[in-house]
Amino acid sequence: MKNSLIIEETNDTPKIILDKLNGVFEISGRSLPENAVKFYSPVLKWMEEYIVTPNQATHFEFKLDYFNSASTKKLFEVITILEKLSSNSLPVTVIWYHTKDDELIRNRGLEIKEMVELPFEVKMY
Amino acid sequence: MVLDIYGFYDKMEQNNIMLSFKGDITSDLLTSILQIMEAKLDNWQEEPKVKKKVYNVLVECLQNLYHHMDEMSPNQDDKIRSAIFMIGKIDGQYNIITGNYIKNENIPNLQKLLEDINLLSKEELKEYYKAVLNNGEMSLKGGGGLGMIDIARKTGGKLQFHFTPVDDNYSFFSLNINISQ
Repeated sequence: MKNSLIIEETNDTPKIILDKLNGVFEISGRSLPENAVKFYSPVLKWMEEYIVTPNQATHFEFKLDYFNSASTKKLFEVITILEKLSSNSLPVTVIWYHTKDDELIRNRGLEIKEMVELPFEVKMY
Repeated sequence: MVLDIYGFYDKMEQNNIMLSFKGDITSDLLTSILQIMEAKLDNWQEEPKVKKKVYNVLVECLQNLYHHMDEMSPNQDDKIRSAIFMIGKIDGQYNIITGNYIKNENIPNLQKLLEDINLLSKEELKEYYKAVLNNGEMSLKGGGGLGMIDIARKTGGKLQFHFTPVDDNYSFFSLNINISQ
């Protein structure tokens, strides 16, 4: 597996940093791809490979402005992969950021938190 | 026949339509419409909360059209790939209207989905949303089956829809969504 997967931000897709060497894992910006399956397929593949030989600790951040419903499903899959890693007793933390007024993103984060079993913090920035 | 353009204009004016489009819904068009609407919402200095909601619902509506509109073949030679989209604002309430051809055979599933969603309470919608989010199924077109549930949750109202028969094979599906603030 490659040590990192970096995807630059566009108008309708987020910036993705999956950097094993530097321990940076982040999805930020807007996620509105018409085909979320296609866009997230390399991300999910990388994550599945990462959890086979993971770092001692993994800190993952979501910092999104907008995402469509299909992306929600894919983001949830990313979190499910992290949940698998977490159950292997390696520390995993997830921070789901939202801006002050953004109830939609905040509520979505709180719902996802209810659905998964891993340290998951919903935080304002 | 002379097109009654004033008639069109007047109807749109009465319904406070701020943007409308009829034609093929392409990926580029989606991007353009979203950019225009985002600029308009910014211009009107719409509250961030309202702006987010309207923008989010718009994305779902337009992507629904993009993924689900059926090509209409009135005869063997012709194919019409076309839909209609409008957004208006009346009494501070945003209105999104979409219309597209649908094969009659596809009506029952869609109708059932919309009727089911309309029967659910806020709490039940949330549970339904979570169940679909959790099932991991994705369509060939890359959708996740969450679109309509998401729209219903974000607008908090009932989905108004109608199927108008066109011919033996096709109907026209219209959806009217009100976004209360």
